[in-house]
Amino acid sequence: MNRLRMIWEKIVTNRKLLPVLLVVGLLLSFAIPKFGLLNQYVVLIIIYVGINIILSTSLNLINGYMGEFSVGHAGFMAVGAYISAILTTKIIPESLAPWLFPLVVIAGGIGAALIGLLVAVPSFKTRGDYLAIVTLAFLMIVKSVIENIEAIGGPRGIPGITRLTTLPWTFIWVVIAVWVIRNFVYSNYGRGVLSIREDEIASDLMSVNSRQVKMLAFVISSFFAGVAGVLFAHVLQFISPRVFDIIKSTDILIMVYLGGIGSIAGSILGAVIFTVLLEVLRPLGMWRMVLMPLVLVLLMIYRPRGIMGLREFRWFIPGYDLFASKIWRKKKEVKDAAAS
Amino acid sequence: MSNNNILLSIQDLTISYGNIKAVKGISFEVNEGEIVTLIGANGAGKSSTLRGISGLVSYRGVISFRGQDLKSISADKIVAKGIAQVPEGRGIFGNLTVLENLKLATWSRKDKQEIRKDYQRVFDIFPRLSERQGQLGGTLSGGEQQMLAVGRALMSRGTMMLLDEPSMGLAPVLVREIFSVLKEINQSGTTILLVEQNANMALQVASRGYVLETGVISHTGTGHELLGDPRVKEAYLGG
Repeated sequence: MNRLRMIWEKIVTNRKLLPVLLVVGLLLSFAIPKFGLLNQYVVLIIIYVGINIILSTSLNLINGYMGEFSVGHAGFMAVGAYISAILTTKIIPESLAPWLFPLVVIAGGIGAALIGLLVAVPSFKTRGDYLAIVTLAFLMIVKSVIENIEAIGGPRGIPGITRLTTLPWTFIWVVIAVWVIRNFVYSNYGRGVLSIREDEIASDLMSVNSRQVKMLAFVISSFFAGVAGVLFAHVLQFISPRVFDIIKSTDILIMVYLGGIGSIAGSILGAVIFTVLLEVLRPLGMWRMVLMPLVLVLLMIYRPRGIMGLREFRWFIPGYDLFASKIWRKKKEVKDAAAS
Repeated sequence: MSNNNILLSIQDLTISYGNIKAVKGISFEVNEGEIVTLIGANGAGKSSTLRGISGLVSYRGVISFRGQDLKSISADKIVAKGIAQVPEGRGIFGNLTVLENLKLATWSRKDKQEIRKDYQRVFDIFPRLSERQGQLGGTLSGGEQQMLAVGRALMSRGTMMLLDEPSMGLAPVLVREIFSVLKEINQSGTTILLVEQNANMALQVASRGYVLETGVISHTGTGHELLGDPRVKEAYLGG
């Protein structure tokens, strides 16, 4: 047991391992479908896990790091999904679609980000509960707008989308999403985001431009929700307004609060546990829809910040922050030694 | 110290919350290099005045800093202009480390070299903070939190520091420590506007003082004059 812990300790403190793992992951993501290492069903689950990681990490930026409460994430997903589905089924010729897929993903993300900006401008004059209501209203608007446009299928949705979301693309987008959000969180702007969660008045007094910071966080978050929407549409191969309802938003909320607010590792953990648990519990049928909320209730009572709440896996913390006091002490010792 | 070098001037300041007038048309000024204190009981309008200066509440009247009207400037830009406030209750970011708290105060600054010097200065003044860099702000003791709050104000490098009751909830030893640091900071060139209920302490360090009573200034004078004033003595210094 002790030996195991020592090995674990070695793994988490070894930063050089991370790039190695990334390369191995990328190679595996190509190898698994190519050589059929895992069956189709498991591959599908892995893709869903990936999409959910993007969703929970991006929502955590708003609900965890910034301490606001947005329930509109499914709406941004829908925007990305619809933009991309229209592009791949109606505009881009089928033969070109696999090659242009990265651009389609980015287009979906940018579309969602623009809508995110549109929502952010009026809603950030309000706070907390009010933002929840504004984003809820936004979700309803998106749904009914889509339902009422016949050209994109109305309530019937868009069928026959080509399955373009492959394992390597999912892996790459997960890495991009986690990398961008992690770097944002530990940047100057990211610290601004955290300070808004802690005490907005004090953060104004620290010269943080809170409006600008909030908008930026919201735009990044909705961009990746859009990206996840694109990947989702191209693995499900059929989208309709009903797919992106409040239940979808709730699922993402569960992942965030299960894994832990204000934590990248928590978002990943939450998405993995949620997705896998939902599959494992499939034989229970309707009962799993009772079980999952129950898990959430118990979690809120016994661990309100989630599994990783406000803590971070050491790999994701920049070296400077992690070793700040150590570095400082060492510098001081050197200085004192020089003085004496 | 030249008395005609006005840094902050406040004219006919009125602050209302709904129907309640917290500040009723007060005027005063702070000269460069001074420690000026606003004393008064609860609800006299002291904190509201500071909030007005920092742009956290809307007001009527004119507040100008170095001759520039602050009315249309947002709170974060006012800090960048050089007015740092240590808010009431300290406003520490509890779930962030001491270092992150300090870093946030440099949010809008780009001069990395100077920032590094400022860390050094803050850690020289408060060695305790340097030992606890990696500790969460919320786990510090009251005195350490106050040090952190003052440290943050130093990091934003204001030419002027506004302090809202720095003695609140601290043991007398710590209050003396904080006040001696404030004096030091003042001597190194920072002008201080100090709001206090602990009138005795505040008047001892202040060059000038104003007494606020239910939104109006009732007495004014140098720190020593006010300390000796029988009316002030009776009302604020416990007879």
